[in-house]
Amino acid sequence: MSQPLVAPNLFEVCKVLTVAILELVRIILEGLGNAIPPLHDPLFGLAAFLLGTFVVTVLTWIIAMTVILLWVTLFNLLTVMWIERKIYSRLQDRYGIMISIWSLPLWPFNRGTRPTHKGTGYLQNVADGVKLLQKENLTPATADSAMFHISPVLIAASTLMIFVALPWSSGFYVARLEFGLLFVLAAFSLAPFGILVAGWSANNKYTLVGGLRAAAQLMSYGIPLILAVIALVFSTGSLNLFDIVQQQDRPLVELGLFSIPAWYIFSPQALGFVIFSVAIVAEMERIPFDIPEAEAELVEGWTTEYSGMRFGIVFGFKWLRMIAGSALIAILYLGGWSGPVFAIVYAGPVAIPIFPEELYFLLKVWVLCLIFIWISWSVPRIRIDQILQIGWKRLVPYSLLAILIGAGARVVWG
Amino acid sequence: MPEFWVNMGPQHPMTHGLWNMRVKVDGETIVDAEPEIGYLHRGYEKIMEVREFQKNVVLTDRLCYVSSITWSHAYCLAVERMMGLEVPERGQWLRLISLELQRIASHLMWLASYGPDLGLLTGLLWALRERELFLDLIQLMSGARMNQNYPRIGGVRNDIPEKFGAMSMRSIGHFLKKLKDYEALFQDSKVFHLRTEGVGKISSKDAIDWGVTGPNLRACGVDVDLRRLDPYETYEEVEFAPQVWKGADGGDSYARFVCRFNELRESCRILEQAFDKVPSTGAYRVKPPRRAEGEGVAHTEDSRGEALFYVCGDGDDRPYRVKIRSPVFCTMAATPTLLRGNKLADVVAILGSVDVCVGEMDK
Repeated sequence: MSQPLVAPNLFEVCKVLTVAILELVRIILEGLGNAIPPLHDPLFGLAAFLLGTFVVTVLTWIIAMTVILLWVTLFNLLTVMWIERKIYSRLQDRYGIMISIWSLPLWPFNRGTRPTHKGTGYLQNVADGVKLLQKENLTPATADSAMFHISPVLIAASTLMIFVALPWSSGFYVARLEFGLLFVLAAFSLAPFGILVAGWSANNKYTLVGGLRAAAQLMSYGIPLILAVIALVFSTGSLNLFDIVQQQDRPLVELGLFSIPAWYIFSPQALGFVIFSVAIVAEMERIPFDIPEAEAELVEGWTTEYSGMRFGIVFGFKWLRMIAGSALIAILYLGGWSGPVFAIVYAGPVAIPIFPEELYFLLKVWVLCLIFIWISWSVPRIRIDQILQIGWKRLVPYSLLAILIGAGARVVWG
Repeated sequence: MPEFWVNMGPQHPMTHGLWNMRVKVDGETIVDAEPEIGYLHRGYEKIMEVREFQKNVVLTDRLCYVSSITWSHAYCLAVERMMGLEVPERGQWLRLISLELQRIASHLMWLASYGPDLGLLTGLLWALRERELFLDLIQLMSGARMNQNYPRIGGVRNDIPEKFGAMSMRSIGHFLKKLKDYEALFQDSKVFHLRTEGVGKISSKDAIDWGVTGPNLRACGVDVDLRRLDPYETYEEVEFAPQVWKGADGGDSYARFVCRFNELRESCRILEQAFDKVPSTGAYRVKPPRRAEGEGVAHTEDSRGEALFYVCGDGDDRPYRVKIRSPVFCTMAATPTLLRGNKLADVVAILGSVDVCVGEMDK
């Protein structure tokens, strides 16, 4: 049985913080009110209002959303980008990015001995982001300016929307939705719409072809993706991501010291797992399925006309979609955050499980990201008509077979 | 969807150089194509008329900057035939060695650029890594990594250094092992077959009619290799097999890839024999006359096809007229035939496989 580090959930943890801050504000306000008698009543009234349920709840939601946003972008996005750039560099026999904390001019330690260009490279993406922020935002003269500027927001917002419903452990989540899986998949499929709008509004032939490719691609992989999920729902009987992980948190076969967990990949859903993984690579727009931006023939595809941080957003958020896709695979087929707890250490009132659910989940997500990175840097890109063929002629029939297997298994084993 | 023209160039990741491929597409399918060349035209044939015979070698080096030695060699051969010079045997062997080293370096550059054309950037870095070996060897031999200025009228500029053969054999041994990695990366990949097989097909008759030569013609199943058909230097004394596509359905990008790829191995085989047979002593150069009269024609097997030089002298110390036949220039004429009916994404898969070098195309 697993245990989360963020317990019982993110909202409650953030509420402790909110209440602590508001208590501090209350002490200050009441002190002021006591010191200045004419303001006594309004300040005490304000303090009581601030500690009321309404303000506490609203502030806690804002803090919880900020925490998950920073966790996703500042930690996960940067780390996965770093993993990708480092791994593919190693695959290509080179060092890769090396800008690190001791590359900064302000870093005071071992300035003389440490080569500034031989770091681990973690800060390279931050440096790239700063560079993109300094660049000019160009809008093509013939572009549909409003839609051209809205579509990066649409892509970024729909991608971040996934993480509202995507839990990182049984406690580390923003919203616990009864139909979380449906919400995540719906939010996932919004981005190709933004890509189509972006490609169309830029009024450039490359971007237009790229945008229309994104629309065609969505048709071919979206259906097998949903069909594979339908096959899975025959086993789970629920669209709640927490329930799905809960069902997998038990041993399937005991083998002395170890046990094979009852993950859905070790069930009749294995075929669905393969279909889902292939379709999700197309969803992430990675090589071999990154045809909407195919830089060899379409310059940079639908992102051709974007510059500055707009390019940074539409380009960087592809990694967020990869994280979300890997997290979905981990939740649906690889047991999510379930894992054994070996010990629980108490730091005051806070219980720290060794190892917590968050760690298991992060490892699974990052390993899956690593596999996708590995695949995408060792195969060429396929063609648009070929992805349509793979989608319609292979994945859809196989996913129908997966539904048949899933339903059959449900009937036979209950 | 109405048909419209897409410019793939002059600044475009597909063009390995400065040229423009205008493609008319109906949706994603190509209905017409129109290569626009001449952005890099430097008036070679005219400039060469005002320079002395020997000084033109500097120019011919820059015809194709990834395959300099083969071009300078073709020019030197034409001038020598005009002058009636006979290169000493050792000089001929050194030329052969330099030509084959250059061919490997050139083909590796092609392999490196074909990877990113298909979206496989790992191929770029791997092929460039092994190209370094051969560039180092060429540098050891001629002193430069690019634009070597190595062949001379009447021989070669300088002797090879001591132990050059042993060093080359070591590099070749390493390289032959690495070729298996490339095969795993390219030919063993299902996606690579999807992208190249049946793409950009041209029949052997069409190819001959359009003047396609070299590996691109051999990929159509035509056994043509000037090193065999009209041997120059000491190619008669080495054993090698021209890489001709054996199967029935040749002429596509995959056949072109395989033929060119296998030439890497064949060039290594030629080099192995050449280092055995090259005489250890002897002159490697004869002094050419300053002035010459007459006509000289030489066609050689360049890395990209048949390179032809026609040099005419009128008794002065510089050519009266020079004519260059570039293989890529002729292949370019066939690109509308190659492209029509394929998809937009295939433009890169096709033009990457024919190995375009803009320097020699625009002259």
